[in-house]
Amino acid sequence: EVEETLKRIQSHKGVIGTMVVNAEGIPIRTTLDNSTTVQYAGLLHQLTMKARSTVRDIDPQNDLTFLRIRSKKHEIMVAPDKEYLLIVIQNPCE
Amino acid sequence: MVEQVRGDARPRRGAGCCHWGKPLVITENSLLPRANVPPGAHTCCWRPVLLPVLELPLAPIAGAGPAHTHSQHRSCCSHPMLALAPIVLRCQRVSGIADPHEAFVQDEDSGTDVGEGADDWAQSKATIRPPDQLDLTDAELKEEITRILTANNPHAPHNIVRFSFKEGTYKLIGFVNQLAVHYSHIGNLIPKDSDEGRRQHYQDELATGSQESARLVFSDTENLEEEEEIKEGDAEVESQIDIPAAEASEKVIEEELMTPKQPKETKLTNQFNFSERASQTVNNPLRDRECQMEPPPRANFSATANQWEIYDAYMEELEKQEKTKEKEKTKTPSDDITKVMQAAKIVERMVNQNTYDDVAQDFKYYEDAADEYRDQEGTLLPLWKFQTDKAKRLAVTALSWNPKYKDLFAVGHGSYDFMKQSRGMLLLYSMKNPSFPEYAFSSDSGIMCLDMHMDHPYLVVVGHYDGNVAIYNLKKPHSQPIFRSSAKSGKHTDPVWQSELVHTDVIKLKVEGSTLEGPEGLQLHTVGRSLSSLTSRPGRSTQAHAGCGTAFDFHREIDYMFLVGTEEGKIYKCSKSYSSQFLDTYDAHNMAVDAVSWNPYHSKVFISCSSDWTVKIWDHTVKTPMFIYDLNSAVGDVAWAPYSSTVFAAVSTNGKTHVFDLSINKYEAICNQPVVAKKKNKITHVQFNPVHPIIIVGDDRGHVTCLKLSPNLRKMPKEKKGQEVQKGPAVEIAKLDKLLNLVREVKPKT
Repeated sequence: EVEETLKRIQSHKGVIGTMVVNAEGIPIRTTLDNSTTVQYAGLLHQLTMKARSTVRDIDPQNDLTFLRIRSKKHEIMVAPDKEYLLIVIQNPCE
Repeated sequence: MVEQVRGDARPRRGAGCCHWGKPLVITENSLLPRANVPPGAHTCCWRPVLLPVLELPLAPIAGAGPAHTHSQHRSCCSHPMLALAPIVLRCQRVSGIADPHEAFVQDEDSGTDVGEGADDWAQSKATIRPPDQLDLTDAELKEEITRILTANNPHAPHNIVRFSFKEGTYKLIGFVNQLAVHYSHIGNLIPKDSDEGRRQHYQDELATGSQESARLVFSDTENLEEEEEIKEGDAEVESQIDIPAAEASEKVIEEELMTPKQPKETKLTNQFNFSERASQTVNNPLRDRECQMEPPPRANFSATANQWEIYDAYMEELEKQEKTKEKEKTKTPSDDITKVMQAAKIVERMVNQNTYDDVAQDFKYYEDAADEYRDQEGTLLPLWKFQTDKAKRLAVTALSWNPKYKDLFAVGHGSYDFMKQSRGMLLLYSMKNPSFPEYAFSSDSGIMCLDMHMDHPYLVVVGHYDGNVAIYNLKKPHSQPIFRSSAKSGKHTDPVWQSELVHTDVIKLKVEGSTLEGPEGLQLHTVGRSLSSLTSRPGRSTQAHAGCGTAFDFHREIDYMFLVGTEEGKIYKCSKSYSSQFLDTYDAHNMAVDAVSWNPYHSKVFISCSSDWTVKIWDHTVKTPMFIYDLNSAVGDVAWAPYSSTVFAAVSTNGKTHVFDLSINKYEAICNQPVVAKKKNKITHVQFNPVHPIIIVGDDRGHVTCLKLSPNLRKMPKEKKGQEVQKGPAVEIAKLDKLLNLVREVKPKT
């Protein structure tokens, strides 16, 4: 079922790639090439940790739901989970 | 040296006078080297003058004593000549005074008188007269004075007597030691051959040779040690081991004293002062035993202690405690990827949001500005379109918003084509994710109607074409309904058209009941009974109609009252308490009533629509409708707007949606808009979102379109300046009342 969801996301309009990263920053599943994946995984993992830390420092009962980074070229969406990190790179057609 | 001068002997002039004119005297001057002073030589005070030796009568010298002095000058000691006959010197007195210069005499025994002096000496030399010399007559001068040199010590006693213990008497010692020591000085010369001399020489050698042989010594010791080891087990040369061992040990002990390289050199060990004994036992061979383990694996651990981490830890603890208390044993399947479910859902929504970004923006913020220019007319802005492949061919037969989650709505798929009945689907969409339904349930029979529980929004009741009623629990992951009514529990024989009745009954029963998930079968049973009783009612009524109910609606406030629309076009007002009889009947339509709905605000007004192209608004007290609207096409559904008592929407099979606002325009729709793309597409249902200004419209292709109502359609009564705006239901009611009154007034007139 999760697979289906991920497939749907991947086939959605504008989506460039998806990847699942575990708690240590190691990518588990990806639809992009290895080097890009590794790069994204490492950088975004840190950023997510930082963001989560920020949110929780302000209010410990709060937690980070997702993180969106919109850049000129595309948008990176990170949905953190307890153990995993789901990253989707989409090209929002504007 | 004592000068013995006889009285009668006079020193002769020529005999031994020095340049001073003083009589020369032979002196045993220790300062003069022996070689320079021949026996009997005359010496001056400062100039050694060799004088011929005088003849001296030899006297037995006994006890001359060892010519031994303790001085270092050897020449003085062993002067054989001096030991012998005393030298008698005949000296001439120049001045006639015996000078103390003459005091120095050889250490010889007293001998004879002075012989004749050397006359020639005095004569040959020219004499200088000292000033204090005595003046003597020539005769006196020529007088010879004999001086005798003896080797006698004038201070020595002439006779020494010693007591002899043997004889018990005093005995005269014949020989008296005549030795007179004039000068003694302790020197620091030792003979080479003596022990001390040798030792010192040896040590000197060592000192100079030690630096050179230091290395050699070490090598020596090493060699010795090697030899030691090699010869260890050897029995033959065992004896040799001790020696090098001893030597080695000695070397070890005396670090400074190192043996030089020469093997000849024996160890100078003074046997009298120093003795060394050494022995070496066999040392056990040393063995090193080591053991090294693999170091334990190291791992770097670093963590930060933030406030939220601490909080997390506490929460975890709490959870654990709770778990142990409850002893939950549910096991979640630990598949790697399934844990991403939550995140995946979120991301999907995000992705959709991105794709339909403008739509989302519109939904939230877009207000049709053109409405200002349109006079009282509004538009419907299409937002999302929900569709799934699975439900492509199925018509939307039911729409319902979730009472709790305002963005969730349920769509029931089935078929209105009574000839072709296939499967059915129940889909729940969220506006956040228009591309895929949140929940999907499929059933064998087409769904005709559905409703969601008010209090338990996860329960969905579905009525099927085959008469089954099923309840789905959205919380559980099953795709099957948690309950299905079967023949046993009063299953309907005919399609269930509206399940609201069932639903509210279910609510009620549950409220009365104890548990949520109790024996629902039981509860539904009673419901089923009531339903069946209802359906059977028409059979019993006076009016012979075999039709069945196609639509109904419960009154909002009056619990027991509900309306039922029939296939024939009649609307009955019924009460739950009176199961056998209708309260009222309205001849509403010519064809089947598709929908009836009470006004959300006004307790008396209800609306009905039918396939006879009309929409009618009623006051339930009045038998005739208040308002009638003709829509040129069969009306599929009608719905009141939740925000206003005068607004309602109707959808027709020609693909148009009509929105009416009675307060604005009593006779015409303020919005008349084709919503669906294809003309053949018939809109089957419409529903207002309770919160947002949107409506969902379902068609018979299986699509659900979401439209936004333009501001005109949502108009509130204009507030007059200074007047407080009343937005309560009372206002709505009043609003409608006004309208109704108008109508009523008109009616009697017409």
